[in-house]
Amino acid sequence: MRLEPKPAPSLGMTLLFPLAAIAATLLLTSLLVLAAGASPLSVFYLVAKGAAGSQFALLETLTRATPLIFTGLAVAVAFRAKLWNIGAEAQLYIGGVVTVVLGTGALPLPSVILIPVIMLAAMLAGGLLLLGPAILKTRFGVDEVVTTLLLNFIVLLFVSMLLEGVLKDPMGLGWPQSQKVIADAQLPRIIQGKRLHYGFVVAIVSAIVVWVIMKKTVLGYEMRAVGHNPEGARFVGIPVNRVLMKTALLSGGLAALAGFSEVSGLKGNLTLDLSPGYGYSGIVVAMLAMLNPLGVVVSAIFVAGIFVGADAMSRIAKVPSYIADVMVATSLLTMVVAILLTRFRVRWK
Amino acid sequence: MDAFEILFTASFWVAAIRIASPLIFATMGELICERAGVLNLGIEGIMTAGAFAGWFTVYAGGDLWTGVLVAALAGAMFGLLHATLTVPLSLSQHVVGIGVTLLATSLTYFTYRLVLPEVTSPPKIEPFQPLPIPGLSQIPLFGEALFSQTPLTYLAFVTVAVVAWVLYRTPVGLAVRAAGENPSAVEAQGISVTGIRMGAVMVGSALMAVGGAFLTMSAFNSFFFEMINGRGWICIALVVFGSWRPGKALLGAILFAAFDAYQVRLQQLSGGIVPYQVFLMMPYALSILALILVARRATYPKALMIPYQKGER
Repeated sequence: MRLEPKPAPSLGMTLLFPLAAIAATLLLTSLLVLAAGASPLSVFYLVAKGAAGSQFALLETLTRATPLIFTGLAVAVAFRAKLWNIGAEAQLYIGGVVTVVLGTGALPLPSVILIPVIMLAAMLAGGLLLLGPAILKTRFGVDEVVTTLLLNFIVLLFVSMLLEGVLKDPMGLGWPQSQKVIADAQLPRIIQGKRLHYGFVVAIVSAIVVWVIMKKTVLGYEMRAVGHNPEGARFVGIPVNRVLMKTALLSGGLAALAGFSEVSGLKGNLTLDLSPGYGYSGIVVAMLAMLNPLGVVVSAIFVAGIFVGADAMSRIAKVPSYIADVMVATSLLTMVVAILLTRFRVRWK
Repeated sequence: MDAFEILFTASFWVAAIRIASPLIFATMGELICERAGVLNLGIEGIMTAGAFAGWFTVYAGGDLWTGVLVAALAGAMFGLLHATLTVPLSLSQHVVGIGVTLLATSLTYFTYRLVLPEVTSPPKIEPFQPLPIPGLSQIPLFGEALFSQTPLTYLAFVTVAVVAWVLYRTPVGLAVRAAGENPSAVEAQGISVTGIRMGAVMVGSALMAVGGAFLTMSAFNSFFFEMINGRGWICIALVVFGSWRPGKALLGAILFAAFDAYQVRLQQLSGGIVPYQVFLMMPYALSILALILVARRATYPKALMIPYQKGER
């Protein structure tokens, strides 16, 4: 078996392959639905209905997509430069920590200043958290996959320590949770009485900004060059290590915004279940979008829809909601195969 | 008892070897994959799947060794998936590995909920019991640790010996090592690099799954969510720490486990002055530290993470 490079695919083909990957995912996971003794068509219908069948469902999907857009962008930026950031989960939690530290009354500032200050501080903290592994990679040659993965566990324990210590809400009846952020530090809701908040708007704006950085700036060009061929990039005079540092700051910062937006826009306080694995799902979101920042918005909404829809479905049909996680993981693998098929022709013999 | 005396209690060393056992299996599994040139980040998920597969086999009425076999088979299947995508299709080992971890973990949780929809506390099985070896287990201090463990722990040590022997003393081992260093040389011998690498990933993944099964069938007696808790990632660090040699990796695993057992006891001694989370962080922090210490002189298998396509250079 051999792989032969193909000419660059047309835009139509490029869009067709994610759809093919999704179709393959549905086909594969329908086997599990059958194993659970349910009909795949009715289960997938219930998932779709639960994700987008009503105004409530749609708003819930967009709410769930918000953190995924941030973590998806974080992964897309990092992977583009081949900086394997698997630590978006940790960076998200650090963003949440910064939000409650600064947002519970420590800074007496009006909302229009306070919120940007918190956002920048959260981004800085998340960026610095990824800078560590990036420096270990460039200085010592330590694989950043393992260090970022291990940091996820360390940071979660660190957050647990804070929530049972200095950040513990004295009124929390003993639960490990922080105080609520003050009203001035809260992102308002987009529609009164609904859960969708302005974090979603921030996420969309971030996606556009990241798209501009990647496509229109020197940094974006350098990041792509480093990811494509680090030796070649070094040869033409691109400061590879410095580009990786900047990538780390940007990627970690974006992931931290997910934590900021969840605390400030949705939950109000920090708990240990702030994220049900948004950092890891962000990898899938980024890959489904083929690392395109604007595509991340679409794929985040899609992935969020699967999770929201599966929750609704499992209340009706007797299929465990973990089917959503299986679908998301499967779509990652079918997607990388689909991307391969856009670039190469498989020759048997 | 003070912090130093802990080191001279038999129960400390028994715990250290028990903690080391799953790490030894999984580290050997990762080592085989990497010596053949494939980084297997599916390890965390494969251990989860193995932990469940082995435990559930016994829960459903199978005997313990059948459980181990089923776990190994489940691991090999995920290894086959990983290898198919990374070896002949040359896809990113990073992305596929994370994908396999996510898939194996979520499939395990899905299956658990499917077969046990109503349970609130995890059901228990009758796990492997310690099998003291007469005479040897009476040796003071280390006797109990080394010779009064469950059969699965003995198997872990046997596995290290077998892996070392195969890698360094057999033609198959030579081919595996060469596939990770200089794949063209393997192909020149008329041996298929694709075949060697796929085989290595499947065998390695089977061992990872047995490592996971140790937790549910020997260390504990039930399966619960998130029980692997980063052990897979720690094993990847142990392979680097052991500079890709079975003996050194075994030593690393025992050292690591001894440290882990020590911090638990230290935690009890500290009387709650230091938050318990600090102690729980130590194994992960230690892994990062170990990576930094050895990184400068680490000699990676030269073709690690470099896909091989026949007829290309």
